[in-house]
Amino acid sequence: MPEGQFKQGIAGGRLSPEQYADNFADLHPPFDHHEALVESDRCYFCYDAPCMNACPTSIDIPLFIRQISTGNPIGSAKTIFDQNILGGMCARVCPTETLCEEVCVREVAEGKPVQIGRLQRYATDIAMAENKQFYTRAAPTGKTIAVVGAGPAGLAAAHRLARHGHEVTILEARPKAGGLNEYGIAAYKSVDNFAQAEVDYVTSIRGIDIQNGKALGRDYQLSDLTRNYDAVFLGMGLGGVNALRADGEDAQGVTNAVEFIAELRQASDLASLPVGRRVVVIGGGMTAIDAAVQSKLLGAEEVTICYRRGQEHMNASEFEQDLAAANGVIIRHWLQPKRVIAEGGKVSGIELEYTAMDGERLVGTGERLTLVADQVFKAIGQSFVPVALNGSGALLVLEAGRIKVDAEGRTSLPNVWAGGDCIFGGDDLTVSAVAQGRDAAESIHRALTSNGRA
Amino acid sequence: MADIRNNFVGIKSPNPFWLASAPPTDKAYNVIRAFKAGWGGVVWKTLGEEGPPVVNVNGPRYGAIWGADRRLLGLNNIELITDRDLQVNLREIKQVKMDWPDRAIVVSLMVPCEEHAWKAILPVVEETGADGIELNFGCPHGMSERGMGAAVGQVPEYIEMVVRWCKANTRMPVITKLTPNITDIRKPARAALAGGTDAVSLINTINSITGVNLDSFAPEPTIDGKGSHGGYCGPAVKPIAMNMVAEIARDPETHGLPISGIGGITTWRDAAEFMALGAGNVQVCTAAMTYGFKIVQEMIAGLENWMDEKGHASLDDIVGRATPNVTDWQYLNLNYVAKAHIDQEACIKCGRCHIACEDTSHQAITSLVNGVRHFEVIEAECVGCNLCVNVCPVENCITMEPLAAGVIDQRTGRPVSPVYANWTTHPNNPMAKVAAE
Repeated sequence: MPEGQFKQGIAGGRLSPEQYADNFADLHPPFDHHEALVESDRCYFCYDAPCMNACPTSIDIPLFIRQISTGNPIGSAKTIFDQNILGGMCARVCPTETLCEEVCVREVAEGKPVQIGRLQRYATDIAMAENKQFYTRAAPTGKTIAVVGAGPAGLAAAHRLARHGHEVTILEARPKAGGLNEYGIAAYKSVDNFAQAEVDYVTSIRGIDIQNGKALGRDYQLSDLTRNYDAVFLGMGLGGVNALRADGEDAQGVTNAVEFIAELRQASDLASLPVGRRVVVIGGGMTAIDAAVQSKLLGAEEVTICYRRGQEHMNASEFEQDLAAANGVIIRHWLQPKRVIAEGGKVSGIELEYTAMDGERLVGTGERLTLVADQVFKAIGQSFVPVALNGSGALLVLEAGRIKVDAEGRTSLPNVWAGGDCIFGGDDLTVSAVAQGRDAAESIHRALTSNGRA
Repeated sequence: MADIRNNFVGIKSPNPFWLASAPPTDKAYNVIRAFKAGWGGVVWKTLGEEGPPVVNVNGPRYGAIWGADRRLLGLNNIELITDRDLQVNLREIKQVKMDWPDRAIVVSLMVPCEEHAWKAILPVVEETGADGIELNFGCPHGMSERGMGAAVGQVPEYIEMVVRWCKANTRMPVITKLTPNITDIRKPARAALAGGTDAVSLINTINSITGVNLDSFAPEPTIDGKGSHGGYCGPAVKPIAMNMVAEIARDPETHGLPISGIGGITTWRDAAEFMALGAGNVQVCTAAMTYGFKIVQEMIAGLENWMDEKGHASLDDIVGRATPNVTDWQYLNLNYVAKAHIDQEACIKCGRCHIACEDTSHQAITSLVNGVRHFEVIEAECVGCNLCVNVCPVENCITMEPLAAGVIDQRTGRPVSPVYANWTTHPNNPMAKVAAE
């Protein structure tokens, strides 16, 4: 009977405890003091800096880097938090290679951008380690606001609202706050329980009451909130997972990648987490990469990502693709799933069809390929589940299956705002969710206080 | 292959790179290591008069400023002259000179400003076989409080007097080392020449405080909570030193007086620049104290390569070549017009040229053109000040392009004149020597 990495089927304990610890250590170890000084000196302090314009939260990047270089990391952290109270997590999970660092003039000039993300982490880590609180609450306004979902959008909105003196109640379906920061990010990007530490840091401002285990549509209705609160912010994210549309996808061993990632983040002992010996991940986004890389790090022998279009169409950034390749994940393109093959109800392989572009249209070529697999992850996107909004009286207007909002985050219902992945135009980025939550909070504040004056 | 052998006031050395009088030349041990590494000569650390030697502080003697990666940019020190016994130093000098006859050994001296003190020390130094002496009129700390070092160097009459004593009492060449802590460097140089000096060397270190500890509110380096100004040296002082060298080289009264150039020389290029301005050779300290003696190998090879590349056969071909081009502001050609030009291929669009010009100068660089981020010189506003060149992080991205004679200067609307004309004849000058036409 093969043991360890070569155990057949879906099994845990493939590696030694040291290997697990090594594999799931910090992906980007933090800068030490001197490294931060040297790196910060590389910043040119650009005029109207491209990095700042590329940041969805518009952090004044040249200024915070200059503050690091002058030995003022606390001031630097404040510059970051002024725009993005979740700057600590964004420093870890932002795809900086497609945002600030992509447009850094050093990237343009020499292919080596200033490492903005790691510098941001340096400053925010110092401030958070000292529990340095920069904001005090304005005088109480007597207004109450319900926030649905304690993810990045909800937390950012809640913090800004609490600062303005409002009382905020966050209703969160899951047992812990943090949203995708807690349940949806690869473990090596957020080590040492950082997501919870950040929730604690954000809520230290007080005036934010998080109630866990409260799901919209199950435990309360939207109409309850509009009746009982002065305003509502919806930041519940995406609850649904797209189906493969392949025959036999209910076989044992076909798993939602998001659930696998969440389970991994919550696992107290990684060895107890079962993973297949041969894993196939269907999809081309960050979730596919996270699931594939973590499968490999858990000891899967073979991990293959199958994506139905070409490399240039993948949502996962080049950095993420390289990360997967460096970890031994094979990425195959132009393949779509047709049939999950099962033996005794358990996955034993997957049949795929080659694809090609026929003009603008993606078509199957008819040629098929079978990969041996004992586990198949579905990572072909998530969807908004509007069913929770039912029973709310007036219905929210949706657009392309997500909540429709205006530039300030206002929905079609009075006193209801929304932000994050659940809105139309949401782009699956923590940092965008933070920006939307923050901006909606400002809009709510203006609405509740006659244009910002209490 | 270029010949870089050096003959400075008759003192011969295989190359023009000497170690300056300083901690690296305080003992035979160090000097022998320097010669093994390839240094052409040394100025032995300053000797004082016979008797109990001076004492140094036992806390920090050095302070520094750094770039972001701890690159040492400037160093200061409060070390005094040698704190070793005079006889020990003399014995070592004699032995090293005997063992290294092809290398230059000059002995730095500092004794009280009395003729008998100089008369006493000169023969014992001469007896070592040393090639010459350097009069330390420069140390700005400690010894100056006792009427020596910079205290002498700041009074031209004292300089002349002591130089004269020395010339009268030794056959050795006399190099007078000058302090930069003075308003007009030409005055002490002229005094040294009047006293009969064979050469001057400069600069000694500059009065300085390198930092203030913001917890203890004490200047650095800090000795038990207090600090004293030290002598500043290293790359940061090079521009100051080069100007002083040039001032002496082009002064009609001292023109032709041999100069040993000192001040922040770190690379062959620094040395070449000093020599072009009129230094017959150079002395180095901080660079050696930062990186060790091996740096001289880069200096030798770099100087040779550059001379070969440019066809300079010997040091005589380069010494003083830039001196005639150093002039007074009043003689600069006011009809010369240059405009900044930005190479759009090389531009990385950081915008620093724009903001420097927009905020602090002449509003002559765009930031947006047709709504697109684009940095371009507005010739009608550009005064050719060169600030954009200096703040641009990309070498040769922004260049100053002279306008040819006859071309219209868009800023003034007038054609560029082919004629040289300076302030002395300018119509706006109330003191103009020639009336405007």
